[in-house]
Amino acid sequence: MNGRQKILYFLYLHRTGLAVTALSLTLLVYPLFQDNPYNLGLSNLIAIHAIVVLGLNLFVGYAGQISLGHAAFFGLGAYGSAIGCVTLGLPPWPTMLAVALLVALVALLIGVPALRLSGHYLAMATLGCNIVVHTVMLQWDEVTGGPSGFSGIPPLAFGSFAFDDEVSFHYLVWSFALISLLLCLNLVRSGVGRGLAALAGDETAAEALGVDTRRAKVKVFVLSAAMASLAGSLFAHCYGFVSPDSFGIFTSADMVIMVVIGGMGSVWGSLFGAGFITLLPEWMDVFEAYKDFVHGGILVLVLMFLPQGLITGLLEQIKIKVALRRRKDAAA
Amino acid sequence: MHTTQDLLQFIFAGLTSGAIYALIALGFSVVHNTMGIVNFVQVDFVSLGGMLMFSALLGAGLPMVPGVLLAVAGVALVAMLVERFGLRPSRSHHELVLIFLTVGISIILRGAMKLIWGKNRMALPPLTADQPVTILGASVLPQALWIMALTLVAIVLLTWFFYKTSLGLSMRAVASNPTAAAVVGIPAGRVRLTSYAVAGALGGLAGVLVTPITTLNYDVGVLLGLKGFAAAILGGFGSFPGAILGGLGLGLLESLSAGYLSSAYKDVVAFVVLLLVLFVRPKGLLGK
Repeated sequence: MNGRQKILYFLYLHRTGLAVTALSLTLLVYPLFQDNPYNLGLSNLIAIHAIVVLGLNLFVGYAGQISLGHAAFFGLGAYGSAIGCVTLGLPPWPTMLAVALLVALVALLIGVPALRLSGHYLAMATLGCNIVVHTVMLQWDEVTGGPSGFSGIPPLAFGSFAFDDEVSFHYLVWSFALISLLLCLNLVRSGVGRGLAALAGDETAAEALGVDTRRAKVKVFVLSAAMASLAGSLFAHCYGFVSPDSFGIFTSADMVIMVVIGGMGSVWGSLFGAGFITLLPEWMDVFEAYKDFVHGGILVLVLMFLPQGLITGLLEQIKIKVALRRRKDAAA
Repeated sequence: MHTTQDLLQFIFAGLTSGAIYALIALGFSVVHNTMGIVNFVQVDFVSLGGMLMFSALLGAGLPMVPGVLLAVAGVALVAMLVERFGLRPSRSHHELVLIFLTVGISIILRGAMKLIWGKNRMALPPLTADQPVTILGASVLPQALWIMALTLVAIVLLTWFFYKTSLGLSMRAVASNPTAAAVVGIPAGRVRLTSYAVAGALGGLAGVLVTPITTLNYDVGVLLGLKGFAAAILGGFGSFPGAILGGLGLGLLESLSAGYLSSAYKDVVAFVVLLLVLFVRPKGLLGK
């Protein structure tokens, strides 16, 4: 190997770590160049969505299961933090953790029976759970504030330093998002993650190789629900206001769209999917009436032609084109 | 004061909505049996049935019977288009991809209905006069009787179709063993297309029948359709008697709990019962 090859090999070997470092540095300096609070708010929303989508993608992409109810876990996290901090007067950080644990327990209760059977029971169970949670948010107005929502949630704080503007919140949410990203990147390369990938490929084969498929599915489901709950708590503290509208079944569908656009089973794709779908309304606010067409259309087209996701799919198409051309040149 | 009369009233209301859930659940089961997927477009077939009926009656000025037939046929046609141009061109036959495709198509269809018919709530006239009839002391809307009667007719027709016609028999063959069905030369494409047409007709009929009682809106089918899905799971996904039993059971539970417990959480009952059933008997009541 000569010097250049050595450098390239080093870069290739450490591509994940280098990419994470580059992303962290970019995010570290981002507020220095971007001082428009609206744009910072958008990137914060991307971070919150990214945390949910990273977890959901582990479940959909790696475990090969369907959840159409992650907005319920997201909403439980948000309302849990709101009720805990305001109504019960508990400190925010422990509340956030306790709520995440409770939501994980709820997910465990749903996941254990529903994942006993393969197929579509989990789709129904998660969907049903979302409708139940949403209806309770709407109807139990003494506790949740009903359709008009719940306001006055305090910002998170360390001592006297409060995360109450876009810039400080940027560092907070993106720290959470990067920790989630690292968690997912490491998880999918661990034995557990390889087991999950085997499970998504072929459940029988994975079982034959000694993967406890049921337990693995339940674990990932619970992990993804806890991540959604944490993101929900951050959402509540960021905006200071939550309303049931943000946590309906259509939000769950949007989260699934983010997973699919980013590529099922692609950790980096989750970030892209969350960013793309969150920014989409900004680029096409004139087409408000056609929003459903665009969302549904993108989902259908990606699934139909690039089932690996928008970026991964396009890259693969290009690779195939290049390889074909090379072969043609070699033959000529 | 609750009397036997109230109870009868609740039972009639429950059977009415139960019949609707049963129709929708049958639609879910037909597609599940031939393609092995959950067809989330089913919920929009319900709304579309009501919308087409609205246009046929009030837009084109057709009388009731041709209006119903046209609306049901129209939804069946749209369902076939969905299968032919929405699902079949997919390059992947992974069921996860196909189910998410139906979610995407459902979003598109809902967007199309919102553009064509607007977001306003509309009212659809009932099939016959609005004068309630008294049965055993309970007053029942004629529309409720129509719902039960036509659901029964649909079930009889469906049974005849699945047991007496060659297309229906081949669909059952595919449901019981797709590989063996392919080996004996049953055309998979035609079977899938027919299953979508049947599912569309069932969903459309449910929409035509129920929207005079509820109101008509571009997303009226979402909650109804998901309850139909819950009914299908409750009865055992893929089983036709299960779908009917699940639908009627769910309708009864819902109206009894709304009558005796609380009507605020009426829409939740279906899903809570479903989650409980998944705990105790995950295969559903009549599932294999």
